Amino acid sequence: MVTCLGDVFYPEVGEKIVRLLRGLGVTVEFPAGQTCCGLPLFNSGYHAAAAAVARRTIGLFRDAEQVVVPSGSCAWMVKHEYPGLMTDPADRTAAERLAGRTHELSQFLVRRLGRRRFRSAVGGRLTYHDSCHLLRGLHESESPRALLRDLSGSQFVELPGSDECCGFGGSFAVRLPEVSTAILDKKLASVEATGADAVVACDAGCLMQMRGGLSRRGSRVRALHLAEVLAPEETPR
Amino acid sequence: MSESEPATPFRERAGQALRDSFLQEALTIATTKFIGLRREAFDEFPEGEALRDRAREIKEATLQRLDHYLDRLIDNVERRGGHVHYATTSEEARGIVLDIARRTGARTAVKSKSMATEEIHLNDALEAAGVTPIETDLGEYIIQLAHERPSHIIAPAIHKTKGQVAELFARELKRETVADPEVLTRIAREELREKFLQADLGISGANFGVADTGTIVLVTNEGNGRMVTSLPRVHVAVMGVEKVIPSMTDLAVFLAILAKSATGQKLSVYTSLVDGPRRGGELEGPEEFHLVLLDNGRIRQIAGPLREALSCLRCGACLNVCPVYRQIGGHAYGYTYPGPIGILLTAMLNGTESVKDLAHASSLCGACLEACPVRIDIPRMLIELRKDVSERRIAPWSERVVFGALGRLLQHPALYRVAARLARLVQRPFVRGDVIRRVPLVFSDWTRTRDLPPIAARTFQERWAELERAGRR
Repeated sequence: MVTCLGDVFYPEVGEKIVRLLRGLGVTVEFPAGQTCCGLPLFNSGYHAAAAAVARRTIGLFRDAEQVVVPSGSCAWMVKHEYPGLMTDPADRTAAERLAGRTHELSQFLVRRLGRRRFRSAVGGRLTYHDSCHLLRGLHESESPRALLRDLSGSQFVELPGSDECCGFGGSFAVRLPEVSTAILDKKLASVEATGADAVVACDAGCLMQMRGGLSRRGSRVRALHLAEVLAPEETPR
Repeated sequence: MSESEPATPFRERAGQALRDSFLQEALTIATTKFIGLRREAFDEFPEGEALRDRAREIKEATLQRLDHYLDRLIDNVERRGGHVHYATTSEEARGIVLDIARRTGARTAVKSKSMATEEIHLNDALEAAGVTPIETDLGEYIIQLAHERPSHIIAPAIHKTKGQVAELFARELKRETVADPEVLTRIAREELREKFLQADLGISGANFGVADTGTIVLVTNEGNGRMVTSLPRVHVAVMGVEKVIPSMTDLAVFLAILAKSATGQKLSVYTSLVDGPRRGGELEGPEEFHLVLLDNGRIRQIAGPLREALSCLRCGACLNVCPVYRQIGGHAYGYTYPGPIGILLTAMLNGTESVKDLAHASSLCGACLEACPVRIDIPRMLIELRKDVSERRIAPWSERVVFGALGRLLQHPALYRVAARLARLVQRPFVRGDVIRRVPLVFSDWTRTRDLPPIAARTFQERWAELERAGRR
């Protein structure tokens, strides 16, 4: 599942994930007709529309063995909210099946494939921002850190307050832009204080927010998706 | 009576708060300290997690039979010589307290900190009736002198720096001061001591009402609660109906987690158990004790979407960890109860309409749920409120248009693809290098402070055919 932000803003992240997974011997398919998981609609209270989007998505991935999602928030939507949105029992069963087979990328690599040793594609000093949905929704803080700690060619440094929100929050970022920015400023000050060359996250929303802020302030620090720092292994022939 | 709507829109109020450098300083210091203390307290208390679950179970079980436990509480308070009153609305609650004041000829009332009396706007009513209310909690005393309202559930003057408090004391009390909390506390103490002795009426809230024994429990740190409930002739406690708990055994569970969540203390300095009026042979205590049970929208929610919020202990932990509260403080919310739980309580007391903007004052980061001692799923209920706003069509029309269009777009992939292509054309004049620095309309609120990524020259979907071929080779 590429997700809407991944599709239109960060297609190179999707490409990197495809190469990464193939390098690990995974057959990657991409069901056509994907749009968005529906989280923006759901979070803003438009649940009928969110349910319709969810029903479509469940259908698209009916035949997938495992579904890998590059954003913690979208994975959370599929895993935690899809079943509850379905009123029809058959739909609900399908939603629950999909929920069980859906994995956020870092979780898929570490918990599903048992792979945690990669070469760094970027080098330098890296820090990690916990995305709220991945951390408090999917209760995952260890998998991404395991990958970053073991990354050869990069150093990992903890980010103080890494569990604090970056201020994105979907439509929150434009409904209350001043508050969202104030939260972001605090986050970016912490990031810069670590001396890291890049802050890594597992959610396109946080990346859009942090990248937007970093580039506006002309910072030398980059915000990267996890997939951008893991170098793919040579494709086994 | 519901609370009146603030005069300025929420976004504006939040903006003012962000520009207030004193507020920013005070908030950062206080919330950071609270967060650290809370974390330490629970780190040292491994049984805390299980007790949090237990506390929630007790609250749930009590809500299941709230009428039964309230009956028991009423019987036991009356058996010990107290009087119990029931108020359906805040207006009724004010009326009850004013009646008691009138009947007992009260001229001044000392108060210990109580959000329930804030909720019913009791102080204004007392003043209008010629009774002078005197807040005796240090934080409440400060904001009463400043003619303000609490900006935090347990730290009402959290928005003030010590320098501001020193200036306030100098101006209002005509005393020489320095910006030293110890000196300031001593001054307040001296000022208040006399008031305690003169007051005819003591007014408190209640952290818990124990049904089995008819005991009202107050959790405080300054000892003022004890004086309010024992020195004046008459004591009135105003308690939300959801504060009843079955037994003293249950109380122990709550006391073990309440102060840790609120201030990081193992226990608060004082835990006062009030057992009604003074009885024969007792040396202290009031001649009369009144318990005012307050509904004010709570009972309706037992079967409503905000039911979980009835488990709230009013510890304030969710405020301290909320990234929004930490930036804007409590006053910007505009109602009695601030912060994430405050949005739910405001909706409970004043209806969904009152929070149609506030329901969006959250990035849904989930820190509140994690900090809540009884694990109230605040983010979920905020989403429920947003749903109510959208389904009742009380959101601004522009929002409804945008989300209506988004809904259609995401259900029809062909439309979605066309929109991406269209956006790519429209964005052209705005792209500078690999970012967009300024766009008009909807996203201008984004680009005022942040760059926006442009729609990629080729989306992932447009790249897939090639990627797929590469994979087959």
